[in-house]
Amino acid sequence: MTIEQIQEEIIEEFSAFDDWMGKYNLLIDLGRELPVLDPKFKTRDFLIEGCQSKVWLYPEFNGSTVSFKADSDALITKGIVALLIRVFSGRSPEEIISADLHFIDKIGLRQNLSPTRANGLLSMVRQIKLYAIAFKAKNTNK
Amino acid sequence: MKTISEIRADFPILATKVYGKPLIYFDNGATSQKPEAVINKLNEVYRNYNGNIHRGVHALSDKSSEEYEIAREKVRSFINAEKKEEIVFTSGTTGSINALAFSFGERFINKDDEIIVSTLEHHANIVPWQMLCERKGSKLKVIPVNDNGEIILEEYYKLINQKTRIVAVTQVSNALGVIVPVKEITEAAHSMNIPVLIDGAQGIQHAGTDVRESDFDFYVFSGHKIYGPAGIGVLYGKEKWLSELPPYQGGGDMVDKVTFEKTTYGALPLKFEAGTMNYPSAIGLAAAFDYVLSIGREYISSQEKDLLTYATEILSGIRRVKIFGKSDKKISTISFLIDGIHMYDTGMVLDKLGIAVRTGTHCAQPVMDRMGIDGTVRVSMCFYNTREEIDALGTGIEKVIQMFS
Repeated sequence: MTIEQIQEEIIEEFSAFDDWMGKYNLLIDLGRELPVLDPKFKTRDFLIEGCQSKVWLYPEFNGSTVSFKADSDALITKGIVALLIRVFSGRSPEEIISADLHFIDKIGLRQNLSPTRANGLLSMVRQIKLYAIAFKAKNTNK
Repeated sequence: MKTISEIRADFPILATKVYGKPLIYFDNGATSQKPEAVINKLNEVYRNYNGNIHRGVHALSDKSSEEYEIAREKVRSFINAEKKEEIVFTSGTTGSINALAFSFGERFINKDDEIIVSTLEHHANIVPWQMLCERKGSKLKVIPVNDNGEIILEEYYKLINQKTRIVAVTQVSNALGVIVPVKEITEAAHSMNIPVLIDGAQGIQHAGTDVRESDFDFYVFSGHKIYGPAGIGVLYGKEKWLSELPPYQGGGDMVDKVTFEKTTYGALPLKFEAGTMNYPSAIGLAAAFDYVLSIGREYISSQEKDLLTYATEILSGIRRVKIFGKSDKKISTISFLIDGIHMYDTGMVLDKLGIAVRTGTHCAQPVMDRMGIDGTVRVSMCFYNTREEIDALGTGIEKVIQMFS
């Protein structure tokens, strides 16, 4: 599946809920299902600035694709991180860099998270793209 | 005497629905809602007599200048200052403290001098003093608090000494709602001829403040937290202090005579009011004071006491809820966490239930560090809130617990 197809899939899943509690319950479930991040990566180096709750994001690059592991101390945030990982993990740096992320708006996350939260979400996306840019540069310099 | 539903009807926004649910507004500590009287007053200024104050020769300017000065008199009377000249309008509490830290600092603070604040302070009463300390090489001393967020007076008495130049403390902790013993703090400072600044941002709206009886040297607060418009605040200072301080901003209206060789400054309070002031909001603030007085300070205080008692009972009755700042001297603010559930998760779900609370450090990181936590969920109530709303909060918290367990 392409990044675009995964985004469509997520939009479809969220469209099943017309109230916020349903959407939040889904995010909470997604957060709970997120694979555990090794505590040794829960350091300042992997902490994302700009989020009011703590989010740690750890990237791994195998030379062709990037995978992400993450955690958050807040469960709804963790659910949002889980969605981002589903979209971006296992993709090439180029795919990540050029991805147009529209599912966030479509499922109403951006409008309905408080502005500081929305900024947190943008910080997460920015950090994911920055890692991809760094890995791409690493490949080109080989 | 108005009934609670009549009082609520005075605040149009309280009838709003959010996400299809009736709004329950428990974020009064961040900003209070405005009664119709204040909204109408702002409208009146702009519709009927908007003109720049203290400048024009025309009717509109005369009228708005007059209203602005009436507002100053109302502030004087509301806090019982001795003279109208002791009331300086600013942009808010933060503006007031920055102004004072600059002016007082220029005049009275030198290298190795000490400034005392407390662990409970809002960042607005920490950072301006830290900036001053950096400029002057002076030192910030901090009064500690106990586990309940109460000031440890014995420690304060040890901190105060010959090097202390000013004591700047809050009247009430914005994060925990705990009331500070400002009387004792002021008396001890005065026994050594040291002036005090009291940050009344969270104090003035919950109890009457009498600056003369309390003998505060400086008192600051924001209009928007006492049902007035945003963008207006007050710096009260005893005349003997204000007349000693240099202006903190230069510009129009604050001068006596300007030449390129030398400028002389205007008299109090105008020397601290450079440029066009937010006169519509000052006039709106006076309308807010009129409103508060029409409801009555005793009524407000007894209503808020009842809300605090009831909310404390409801929240304490929920297993897993932990209240921070368990003191018997509090305003109607409760800070809490649910064991095992992040404050943002709690706040976000409550929001979707129509309940507005604040989450985070409340711009008071040092006290959060002292409590050993990252932040809290803060419920700040005022006289227009009801027991029914507190019941809904209780149900909301149970719902949060159920969702995240």
